[in-house]
Amino acid sequence: MFGWLEKRPFFFAVGVFVVIAFAGLIEIVPDFAQASRPVVGTKPYSLLELAGRQVYIKESCNACHSQLIRPFKSETDRYGMYSMSGEYAYDRPFLWGSKRTGPDLHRVGNYRTSDWHANHMWDPTSVVPGSIMPAYKHLFKNVTDLETAYAEALTVKKVFNVPYDTDIDGDGKIDVKLGSFDEAKQRALKYALKVAKETKRQDLVNMVENGKIPEIVALIAYLNRLK
Amino acid sequence: MQNPSIEYDYTVAKWFSYLAILFGIIGMGIGVYIAFELAFPELNYVFGQYSLFSRLRPLHTNVVALGFTLSGIWATWYYVGQRVLKVSLKESPFLNGVAKLHFWLYFITALLAVISLFARYTTSKEYAQLEWPFDILVVIIWVLWGVGIFGLIGIRREKSLYISMWYYIATFLGVAMLYLFNNMEVPTYLVTGMGDPFHSVSMYAGTNDALVQWWFGHNAVAFVFTVPIIAMIYYFLPKESGQPVYSYKLSLLSFWGLMFVYLWAGGHHLIYSTVPDWMQTMGSVFSIILILPSWGSALNMLLTMKGEWGQLKSNPLIKFMVLASTFYMLSTLEGPIQSIKSVNALAHFTDWIPGHVHDGTLGWVGFMIISAIMHMAPRFFKREIYSKKMLEAQFWLQTTGIVLYFSSMWIAGITQGMMWRAVDQYGNLAYSFIDTVTVLHPYYTLRAIGGLFYLTGVLMWAYNFYKTMTAAKQIEKEPQFASPMAA
Repeated sequence: MFGWLEKRPFFFAVGVFVVIAFAGLIEIVPDFAQASRPVVGTKPYSLLELAGRQVYIKESCNACHSQLIRPFKSETDRYGMYSMSGEYAYDRPFLWGSKRTGPDLHRVGNYRTSDWHANHMWDPTSVVPGSIMPAYKHLFKNVTDLETAYAEALTVKKVFNVPYDTDIDGDGKIDVKLGSFDEAKQRALKYALKVAKETKRQDLVNMVENGKIPEIVALIAYLNRLK
Repeated sequence: MQNPSIEYDYTVAKWFSYLAILFGIIGMGIGVYIAFELAFPELNYVFGQYSLFSRLRPLHTNVVALGFTLSGIWATWYYVGQRVLKVSLKESPFLNGVAKLHFWLYFITALLAVISLFARYTTSKEYAQLEWPFDILVVIIWVLWGVGIFGLIGIRREKSLYISMWYYIATFLGVAMLYLFNNMEVPTYLVTGMGDPFHSVSMYAGTNDALVQWWFGHNAVAFVFTVPIIAMIYYFLPKESGQPVYSYKLSLLSFWGLMFVYLWAGGHHLIYSTVPDWMQTMGSVFSIILILPSWGSALNMLLTMKGEWGQLKSNPLIKFMVLASTFYMLSTLEGPIQSIKSVNALAHFTDWIPGHVHDGTLGWVGFMIISAIMHMAPRFFKREIYSKKMLEAQFWLQTTGIVLYFSSMWIAGITQGMMWRAVDQYGNLAYSFIDTVTVLHPYYTLRAIGGLFYLTGVLMWAYNFYKTMTAAKQIEKEPQFASPMAA
């Protein structure tokens, strides 16, 4: 049989393909729908948080930080409640990471503050002596690209029915507003001003007041949201 | 036996060899640099934001995996393909044109990819960081290669496909399937007409995205770092040693076994994550089974040397290839061990994982590509290999480098894993996270030195190759088996 196949490249290739495709089908398809359901209380990212998430991705934070707390006591003691599938329902892409050169960040919003993050990203060793994480000073100058963040939010709303402008929990109120770009931008600026003030850095506050959100502010808004 | 009437065309094989050497130096150079950054963080700021660890790390993985390794694979394909099918690229101007187009499009895409990663364009998915416009270029490159493979098969003289061909075909099909499904993404500009045109959002969310990514990520390792490298060793080891492959049956078992089992093992990247438990267990179990086909290939190669072990002493290329299969065995035993749930609980997220990756990539992939290109060099240029001594020295330097690399990462990983879970007498965590970082400094330093040894070896290889091309003694006819080399 094998000798026969080896003289017939077409059937050989078909054979190889069937054998390798088999495992993928069985592993991925059965639980696909269930794994994408959100847990109760999970909400889509607001525009500023989503923009911060894009900064997190652009800077490849996930090269050193995981967002996946495993169900061990040593991990729940250190990072909080273990991660659940439905919490990631609006994560496109997922950011679990594969290496903890630095600590896990899945619930970092529970135990770090805006000014801690600002100090840390300006000079990590000022708050964590011995840290090998580099400083990210350019994030304090770069202006957040809200348009691309809005484009992403609108895309997932249209294509994947992510519940923006929807009453998710049935309390009669819209949970996460998106609306038009101008509306969304105004909300993001307001939110950014609050975060900028929390960092206690006047330069960041000034930038936001001039209508420009520094990337660091968006990133901190995202990190604060991780709970 | 070689058919004297066929004159093979090595043009594209040569081009890809040059590129493999170039990407090897760049990719491993970046690797060594970021390894030193972990030990000495001040190095992060040497080139401003462009030398930050997080910016360079995806560049390192992409340049070595998709630059160095793919170039090496294609260098050998454009050499081995013609020879085992007994047909020259010269016979088909069309296929020759496709081959050249394949090379140039790949070269341009690689340059664009490097620029885009420096400019922070990334999807964040490991080994699939490129944004959608580059993904489309990659698909075109892949189709061109497919046309090349099946076109050459279509005009072949040797009817039966040699073992190496099985593996090249599998590489083509496997990567095509994985890459397409993992890179399903929606360009946001095309939907909304605003924002950055290069930006896209993944078709899958959360746990599903992770599952698809590691189904891809693990099997990208299978179909880039394993399958085509086996294609190489099945050709170059018998050729260089003049020995027939030990067992056809073992090669059958290993090939079909590897094809069937490998894909299941992706789940071992997600143990104790939020993917369903049965899938994690499947990943674990199939990883253990994977030892069989992996060791099957490696043993088949080692047994090919039966009765000819003297060559190990006299021929440095045989040294490279035999040690490559040995590292393949080490790596394919270590991987399954790390996939056992209780071991994974300790090893996951630690430096033991990059340690594991590197004994496979440096020892197996790197050594095979180095030795394959050095075997081809005398055939490309009708000259002897410039210096056997230098090749010997390179071998020992790089082997020392690999040993330093994986041993330091074993210690680092296990130390880190143990410290993360250590508790005091009251059951409280014994160490803060930063304690588990600062303790690694000596191991990070050792690892970087190991990497530097390996990189130095790559530079020696590049020099030796260049001298072979330009200054070595000319030979009259193509050597049959062992590559001729000057002392």
